[in-house]
Amino acid sequence: MTTPVLEARDVTMRFGGLTAVRSVDFTVNSGEIVGLIGPNGAGKTTFFNCLTGLYVPTEGTVSYQGKVLPPKPHLVTKAGVARTFQNIRLFANMTVLENVLVGRHTRTKEGLWSALLRGPGFKKAERASEERAMELLEFIGLAHKRDHLARNLPYGEQRKLEIARALASEPGLLLLDEPTAGMNPQETRATEELVFAIRDQGIAVLVIEHDMRFIFNLCDRVAVLVQGEKLVEGTSEVVQADERVVAAYLGEPFEGEPADDTGTAATAEETDTADETDAAPAPPETPAAGEDTGPDTAEPDGTGPQSTASTKGDTP
Amino acid sequence: MNTLPQQLANGLLLGSMYGLIAIGYTMVYGIVQLINFAHGEIFMTGAFGALTVYFYILPGGTSMWAAVPLMLVGGGIVAILVAVGAERFAYRPLRQAPRLAPLITAIGLSLALQEVVRNFYPGADKARAFPSLDTTHDLGSVTIKDADIFLIVAAAVCMSALAWFVRKSRTGRAMQATAQDPDTAQLMGIDTNRIIVVAFAIGGFFAAVAAVSYGLKYGNIDYRMGFLMGLKAFTAAVLGGIGNIYGAMLGGLVLGIAETMAATYINNIPGMQQLGGQSWANVWAFCLLILVLLLRPQGLLGERVADRA
Repeated sequence: MTTPVLEARDVTMRFGGLTAVRSVDFTVNSGEIVGLIGPNGAGKTTFFNCLTGLYVPTEGTVSYQGKVLPPKPHLVTKAGVARTFQNIRLFANMTVLENVLVGRHTRTKEGLWSALLRGPGFKKAERASEERAMELLEFIGLAHKRDHLARNLPYGEQRKLEIARALASEPGLLLLDEPTAGMNPQETRATEELVFAIRDQGIAVLVIEHDMRFIFNLCDRVAVLVQGEKLVEGTSEVVQADERVVAAYLGEPFEGEPADDTGTAATAEETDTADETDAAPAPPETPAAGEDTGPDTAEPDGTGPQSTASTKGDTP
Repeated sequence: MNTLPQQLANGLLLGSMYGLIAIGYTMVYGIVQLINFAHGEIFMTGAFGALTVYFYILPGGTSMWAAVPLMLVGGGIVAILVAVGAERFAYRPLRQAPRLAPLITAIGLSLALQEVVRNFYPGADKARAFPSLDTTHDLGSVTIKDADIFLIVAAAVCMSALAWFVRKSRTGRAMQATAQDPDTAQLMGIDTNRIIVVAFAIGGFFAAVAAVSYGLKYGNIDYRMGFLMGLKAFTAAVLGGIGNIYGAMLGGLVLGIAETMAATYINNIPGMQQLGGQSWANVWAFCLLILVLLLRPQGLLGERVADRA
């Protein structure tokens, strides 16, 4: 159960003088759903881009199933890592089915000649590919819209289609970049189910999300990125209990947030009590939190250092 | 005395040739947003490739039935090599450069190709004879040559094969995906560099088909033949909506017919007697372009450019 699928070692990404991601070690094991959270500008998407070959990390390596990933996005996909995007990036002028078929690109073979001559092998491969694509559309519940243009789908279905397109490349690891952004609670719940179903097919999932309830429900393990550095990693409980995470990300511990029924408010409360009981039993592998944020770290729009400073005063 | 059917046929033929060349502009533009101004010269090298096969490789007296396919192959290979080579060595290094850089490179490449052919191909500085297919057929009020039949059949086959290829094949889908969003296409596992090479190669081959038709029809070729044909085909691509392959076909036909009609009939309009004839054909062709750009800047079928911008 715990063979690593994805291993990022000491990944650093600099843009000129700006260090967006700093020496991050990170592992996703097979059969796991791992969450990556952090304030805006913490470097989550940059880290994703390093994993998918869009960026070549300044330092460090990313390997998938023991092999270092090549720095070319199409080869990363071929190796078995697929992703979705924070802002939907479907092929808007293609149909739903065609979008999924593009996703199958690396898993279908076709020579120029066999395509032009339309030999029996070609037709067979094409039919098999289409069948598989339809299976995926059924899986996400969009089979009845196969011939609609992607741009005409409602938002939630576009998100789903992106997931189907990513699954079409038959990945061993699926990266989801804010899959529930802009969704209503029902849609979020449905996405949760979908992610569990994907995991049950044997695909490891790494998900970036801002919706804490979604993350803590879903993930076996959560890593927190703040100012480009990994602050904490562990189970939902460990992460929620860590006061620096609470400070840097969740905001100030429970001060009567309005009616988010049982969700974040409740967890914040739990966190608070947890803090007091087991004081600070040094959560695993944590670099010094607030102090290390030099002037060259991460994106500037941070809720980062300021909020850390302010909450530090408040916490007992 | 009714010349209209004949003129329509002439326009259609000329338009097919424009359309074939325009495909090269439009596919490349659709995928890398580059106007490959050297494409006219790729057309020209295709003609010389075919000529080489006929005069220097095939034994004298080969029947045209055997020669034409081989000339297509030879011209095709040369044009594809030039097109792909241009992409690899001239445009790819400039992929991230400001858009002006590859544009100027294209113009430079165009001049360089002309000069290379003029200086190194025997007799290319003047018009060189090209084997022609002159046998004529009378179809009522229309007379066409064998070369015309070849052109129209070749254009129809090429265009429908391309339409099918882009719509239905895996590589074609990958092309559409790359045209719409190259970064995402890469992340879907598409080797976009390869797709770009395929686009250049298809454009090169189509240009070679047009070049062979040109030679067979007009009976001679020279190193400057690519300039005006390239410019007209580019006009056709813009007319139809650059980036859209159906637009290139349509634009070619519209341009060819409009130009022929204008050259033939415009001097019948009172007060415009001086403006007819072949010497004015180009004027009317470019007037049409200006008109379309004023009224419908995205071209006849060009809706896709808008949402790319």
